[in-house]
Amino acid sequence: MNAQANKSAKRPKAGRRRKAMAWELRLYVAGTTPKSVAAFANLKEICETHMGGKYRIEIIDLLRNPQLASGDQIVAVPTLVRRLPHPVKKIIGDLSNTERVLVGLDLKPARPSRPATQA
Amino acid sequence: MAAKATASRAVAKAPTGLSGLDTVLNGGVPRGRNTLVIGGPGSGKTLIGMEFLLRGARDFDEPGICMSFEETEPQLTSNVASLGHNLDALVRAGKLLVDYVYIERKEIEETGEYDLEGLFIRLEHAIKRIKAKRVLLDTIEVLFSGLGNEAILRAELRRLFRWLSDHGLTAMVTAERGSGALTRYGLEEYVADCVLLLDHRVNGQVSTRRLRVVKYRGSAHGTDEYPFLIDQKGISVFPITSLGLTHQARSERVSSGVAGVDNMLGKQGFYRGSSILVTGTAGTGKSSFASFFANSACARGERCLYFAFEESPSQILRNMRSVGLNLEKWMKRGLLRINAVRPTSTGLEGHLAAMYKLITDYKPSVVVIDPITNLISIGESVAVKAMLTRMIDFLKMEGITALFTNLTLEGTMEQTAIGISSLMDSWVLLRDVERGEARRRVLYLLKSRGMAHSNRMVEFELSERGITLHNDGLALQQRTSA
Repeated sequence: MNAQANKSAKRPKAGRRRKAMAWELRLYVAGTTPKSVAAFANLKEICETHMGGKYRIEIIDLLRNPQLASGDQIVAVPTLVRRLPHPVKKIIGDLSNTERVLVGLDLKPARPSRPATQA
Repeated sequence: MAAKATASRAVAKAPTGLSGLDTVLNGGVPRGRNTLVIGGPGSGKTLIGMEFLLRGARDFDEPGICMSFEETEPQLTSNVASLGHNLDALVRAGKLLVDYVYIERKEIEETGEYDLEGLFIRLEHAIKRIKAKRVLLDTIEVLFSGLGNEAILRAELRRLFRWLSDHGLTAMVTAERGSGALTRYGLEEYVADCVLLLDHRVNGQVSTRRLRVVKYRGSAHGTDEYPFLIDQKGISVFPITSLGLTHQARSERVSSGVAGVDNMLGKQGFYRGSSILVTGTAGTGKSSFASFFANSACARGERCLYFAFEESPSQILRNMRSVGLNLEKWMKRGLLRINAVRPTSTGLEGHLAAMYKLITDYKPSVVVIDPITNLISIGESVAVKAMLTRMIDFLKMEGITALFTNLTLEGTMEQTAIGISSLMDSWVLLRDVERGEARRRVLYLLKSRGMAHSNRMVEFELSERGITLHNDGLALQQRTSA
């Protein structure tokens, strides 16, 4: 997964603002650890299941880019930051508890796969 | 029991730069280790931590990182600016770095295993950037309210403190005072090399800040509670013996302002830089003696700072005109400054801070404090004595001759209310004596260190011609009085 670090795992189609909104997610990790590998795998699965391809995951390895840690106020790793849609949300941990992740991403208790109707 | 020379050199010290605190700590906090600063809200723990960083960066060439969990960089900048520090300049010079860590429980969802590696990486990155030697974590306990998994948190904090030591960093960690344990979250279990406890007590509506070294592994330290001040000059801790008795004794003499008294002091007056106590019952002329003393300094072209705790400047000027003294001209010439405040207007620490500041700004050669008795009304006598000791030490180091007046009660003539007479070099005692139909004023030199002086009781008069001593204080004829 280091190969994917700082690169998009998936990109939504070009229409960024106008159309149905994409999810912009950032996963902060510190090197390849069991926790970070688990977090990425869990995240991907959740995205595939609940976001229907309209998402983008950026992985930031803080060991390579330590200066990025303060920008998003990262303290714990792994930390998943939902940059879009607003407001910014943070989920820490290996994302093993799918229920909690969904709540954290506002995918629950709202309908499971929310069509992105808001801005 | 004050710690002294037995300090082992085993523990290397990093000076905080706060001279009083370094004295108490026998040189400073342990270098390459963690020091815990505990205190309630508003006790000054952040300021002590910031002073440690700022002075380290400025005076000891030890750059520092402030990892702040509560205040943002602009907030910290303005807070320390009020203590006379320029945080921005140090940041620009690459000697200081502030990393504000923001954690809000509401915005964080916890799911599964995590660690605080993010914090470590931020810290390490900052340390590498400016080659930091010092670290302040203020207040890391915020993590406990921001993150839910206390087990992870405790394990990670333990790792963090060890990590700091492993990297040779001298760290200060602030913590809230707990009700049962020393700190709210028991941090003293992890950070245990040196523990400072700050206290902010209100006694009789007057607040005093105090500092105590609870623990210092491998080093001797002062164990008392030391009062400290926070003012425009930053933090000053007042260990009673902070300056030690190292001042230079001068042999130059200064006039007491009263010819007769000078005569009694070997015709030359007091030593310059000495401390003089004038005690007496009400109405015996203490303030007049103080004013003549001030007057003579001004007449020599020296500056005098007069602290009045009972009378306003205009009242003093009027009263002194009645004994033939024109102090107004000295004020106009800028040689005399009268600082009149009610002692109850601020706490003891406030007064001493204000006095300290005025003295360093005005640089007088003579200081009058009239009377010190009134300071007792605003503090416990132990605290007052501690503060006065510090003040006297300070004045002596500066070579300032100081005169203190003190009101005594009938029958307790030879003891001062605060027991400070031992700190004084000369002691002039004034009293009333009933003789026939009149009360007469009598003066006696109880002591004057290091000089021959008269041991007679001498009658004196206060009139528009000033203070006149019988026989001019000279024991020409063996007249008996009293």
